[in-house]
Amino acid sequence: MAELDTSSKDNKGGKVRSKKASTRVDLTAMVDLAFLLITFFMLTTTLNKPQAMDLAMPDKDEKKTDQLAVAASRTMTILLGSNDKIEWYIGEPGKSAPTVDNFGKNGIRKTLLDNIAKVKAASGKDMFVIIKPSDKSVYKNMVNILDEMAITNIQSYGIVDISEPEVAELKKQGLY
Amino acid sequence: MPRVKIKRKSTVTDMTAMCDVAFLLLTFFILTAKPKAEEPVPVDTPNSSVTIKLPETNIATLVVGSGKVFYDITGAKVRVQALEQMGSKYGITFTDAEKRRYSNLQAVGVPMNQMKQYLDLESDKAEAYKQPGIPTDSVSNELFNWIRESRIANVALNNQEMRLSIKGNSKEEYPTIKKVIDILQKQKVNKFSLITSLKQAPKK
Repeated sequence: MAELDTSSKDNKGGKVRSKKASTRVDLTAMVDLAFLLITFFMLTTTLNKPQAMDLAMPDKDEKKTDQLAVAASRTMTILLGSNDKIEWYIGEPGKSAPTVDNFGKNGIRKTLLDNIAKVKAASGKDMFVIIKPSDKSVYKNMVNILDEMAITNIQSYGIVDISEPEVAELKKQGLY
Repeated sequence: MPRVKIKRKSTVTDMTAMCDVAFLLLTFFILTAKPKAEEPVPVDTPNSSVTIKLPETNIATLVVGSGKVFYDITGAKVRVQALEQMGSKYGITFTDAEKRRYSNLQAVGVPMNQMKQYLDLESDKAEAYKQPGIPTDSVSNELFNWIRESRIANVALNNQEMRLSIKGNSKEEYPTIKKVIDILQKQKVNKFSLITSLKQAPKK
C-alpha cells in the first residue's frame, strides 16, 4: 500500500545518490478491476446455446387425397388436456376407453414403451402416434410429448387438430 | 535472556500471477461474450433432451409470449432488406437511420403502422415502450408477410433457404402456438425448430 519514504532525510552532506525506484507495482487495484469485469462478463454471457428441436408438421395440402392409411389397431392417439394431464387410447375413437396419464418417466413414457411392445408383438410393425393438443394445453406439454417421442424412439408421429368428440371426452374427465 | 522475536511477515503479496490469471479469464469472457438477447416479453423456454444446437445464421425466430408474437431475423443485411420490402408493401419508406436502427435490434413486435415511430424513438424510450406484438389476424396478416419477405430477402442475399424457429413460453396456451404454426404452414413451411433449453438426458 502507500508507503512513506523517510530514508533519505538523515543523509546530509554525503554524495547525492540517485534513488532507485522499486520496480514493484501495487497490483491490488488492477486485480480488483479485472475480477469485477470478469464477474460482469460471466453474468451477461449466455453460456449454453439454445437447443433446437426439429418438428415436421403434416402437409396441409387439401388437394392431396392419397393419404397413407394406417391400421387403427396400431395407432395410438394422445390427447393433451389441461393441468399437464394426458389422455390416450389405441384404435378408433369411442371404441376403446381412454386412459388418463401423466407426463414423466413413470407416466406416458412407460405407457408408450408398453404400447410399442404390444403393437410390435401383435402386428410386427411400428406404432403410429397421433398427438392432439387441446386448446387448454400449454406449449410445454407439446414440447414434452415431442420429447417423449424422441426418447422412446417413435419415428412416425404427427400433430393433428383435436376433434369435437375428443374435446367432449376430455371434458368428461375434467381435463378441459 | 532475550525474548525470541517472532518475525512479522509482510502482508504484501505478489499479485502478478493473480493479475495474469484474472486478465486471461477476462480476455476469454470478452471474446466469447454475446450479450443476452433482450426479449420484449419474459420467455421461459421448456426443457427437452434434444442436443442439437441451434444454427446461428440463416434463421429467424418467432418469439411467442403472453399471447404476442415478436419476430427476430438474424443478419443485418437480411433485416434491412426485409424491412424495405415490408415498407414497400405497406407504403412506408424508411430512412437510412431507421434501417440501421432496425438492423441493430433483435426481436421486434411492432405493427407496421407504428414501426416508423418506434424506430425514431430514443433508445431509452424504445426500451420502455411496450411492444404490442406483430398482428397475426388474417385481415392485415403482417406476420405472414414478415416471414414471407424475410425468406425472400434471405434467399436473395444468402442464396439459402431460411430456417424458422419458434421460441415459446412454456406456459403459453396452445391456441397461440397453433396460430403461429398455421401461419407458417400457410406458406408451406412444414419443417421448423422449436427452441428449448437443455434438460438432463433421461436414462432409459
